Amino acid sequence: MALAFTPEVDREFDRIVRRYPNRRAALIPTLILADREFGYLSREAMDYVAKRLELPAAWVLSTATFYTMLRKRPTGKHHVQVCVNVACYLKGADQLGDHLKKRLGIGFGEVTPDGLFSLEGVQCLAACGTAPVLQVNGAYHEDMTPEKADALIQSLRTAPAPGGATSGPGGAV
Amino acid sequence: MSATPANPARGHLLRCGPGESLLDVAKYQATGGFQALRKALAMPPAALIDEVKKATIRGRGGAGFPAGTKWSFLPKDNPKPRYLVINADEGEPGTFKDRYFLEQDPFPLLEGIAISAYAIGAHTAYLYVRGEFVRGIKVLEDAVEAMRKAGALGRSVLGSPFSLEIIVHPGAGAYICGEESALLESIEGKPGRPRNRPPFPAVAGLWACPTIINNVETMACVRLVLMHGADAFLAMGLPKDGGPKIYGLSGHVKRPGLYEAPLGLSLRTLIYDFGGGTIDDRPIKGIIPGGSSTPVLGPDALDVAMDFESIKAVGSMLGTAAATIFTEGTCPVAVLLRISRFYAHESCGQCTPCRDGTGWLERIVESIEHGTARPGDCDVLLAAANQIMGNTICALGDAAALPVISFVNRFRDDFEAHIAGRGCPYGAA
Ligand SMILES: Cc1cc2nc3c(=O)[nH]c(=O)nc-3n(C[C@H](O)[C@H](O)[C@H](O)COP(=O)(O)O)c2cc1C
Ligand code: SF4
Repeated sequence: MALAFTPEVDREFDRIVRRYPNRRAALIPTLILADREFGYLSREAMDYVAKRLELPAAWVLSTATFYTMLRKRPTGKHHVQVCVNVACYLKGADQLGDHLKKRLGIGFGEVTPDGLFSLEGVQCLAACGTAPVLQVNGAYHEDMTPEKADALIQSLRTAPAPGGATSGPGGAV
Repeated sequence: MSATPANPARGHLLRCGPGESLLDVAKYQATGGFQALRKALAMPPAALIDEVKKATIRGRGGAGFPAGTKWSFLPKDNPKPRYLVINADEGEPGTFKDRYFLEQDPFPLLEGIAISAYAIGAHTAYLYVRGEFVRGIKVLEDAVEAMRKAGALGRSVLGSPFSLEIIVHPGAGAYICGEESALLESIEGKPGRPRNRPPFPAVAGLWACPTIINNVETMACVRLVLMHGADAFLAMGLPKDGGPKIYGLSGHVKRPGLYEAPLGLSLRTLIYDFGGGTIDDRPIKGIIPGGSSTPVLGPDALDVAMDFESIKAVGSMLGTAAATIFTEGTCPVAVLLRISRFYAHESCGQCTPCRDGTGWLERIVESIEHGTARPGDCDVLLAAANQIMGNTICALGDAAALPVISFVNRFRDDFEAHIAGRGCPYGAA
């Protein structure tokens, strides 16, 4: 089935496009929207955005591949991103990352077989005063410990599917 | 220098503490909100720029360039529209100050933007926020809407003939987009590759129109200047640099966090008075004073004042005034490895010295940490870093080289011990 935005997302798309003097400026915000809606940016999703913005597919591809937050492959329902940079490293980010790997049975860049979780090491999330930190679908979890991480994973296992304006990466755009 | 405030988590810039927020526009108005903007709108823009110049607000994004001076580079006779672009990309590792305004206290930032836009004659301001700040983006969009409803944005700002739109524009996870010309490319919908200069953005920036780019905290300072006057603003810090500053503190300290103090606070006061000292009272081994690109200092620098000139005098930089502390027992090679990995990952790849050099630095530091390096590799590291310095389009190249040079020079014995012992004596990885 061909990809398409729902009418509600379409309104958001129009609101974004309207605020810029040209369509290319709407590219990153609308790619974030497509990423959130479709779960990741497949070639089909990129082509859809290209068509909607009337931009060459090559422009869309070159921009989409430059930005790490724009997902080029599917992630788990709960995408767990652990900061591995200096301030978090000093406060035990390696141990936190190892703990999560063991707990979920996957490495960085992998998805659990049931599709529920994916894990990724990311660069500084600008929350160094409350290190170590991680994000799940764009929401911050700060001052983390392995115990807190366990509790978080447990609560996510039973949580309803993410979605809506405040979850998903770039969800608030 | 004035005394440190009684409660360093509160002040002119940091108006609330962790876990608190000030998101109600009516309350903001009831407590003096938009009075600085009202005052500004009654002044001729040139007088406003003079006031900002007099206050010598040095840019809070890292480079410390005086805001008023930057504004005066705008061409007088260019008929194209002018843009104000606010840098809320907050990517420099160790730095977490702008997030305060985005998530907890957006109105002083937005008011500062409105004042600055009026001063430079811009009717559209883009607020570029790193994409990870999902909540900040939502808070800002709501605050912009609330401000419009309160009559402080839109076709007639506070009833004046001045019109202004503020557009919150998300980034998508690329540290390089904090570099101002890459940021402009990013708003234009392109990959964030820095531009060659000249032309500078003030002459040809966003869509080749005259553009001023300033940091979030710089905008909050502009509002303070209008509220209290340039002289009072200067008195809040060192006369030379002026104003209050938000300091960040992270790493091995008892009370990490954000603290406001006059520019020129000593590292000792920041770490021991505000931060409560180090974890388990261990001696300090290294201080990265202003974000991961600023050269590492040792405990001998504790009495250095954290202002642009004093830190420069001891061979580092104030940067974003976000200090990361590590204590004895920490492997400096492991710390540097995180830093070098970061810059290698974030190089946009368009200059050979940076694209190849940052990867080279990462691999050598990694081999030293993992015990596979050869004797002499410290000098190879220094030579490689020095070949990057000054030979690139943007300052990311220098940002990658400076920590390497400073870590090797300061902790040479540690580096050599890794090489001689074929592994990490600290048991790090
Ligand atoms: C690689 C690189 C990354 C940067 N990242 C940021 C950033 O995240 N936020 C910021 O305000 N300035 C950043 N800067 C500095 C900006 O280029 C620019 O100088 C600054 O936004 C200007 O604002 P100011 O004069 O108010 O400080 C960065 C510079 C470089 C070279
Ligand atoms: S110095 Fe590095 S990041 Fe900057 S333009 Fe060159 S390759 Fe890109």
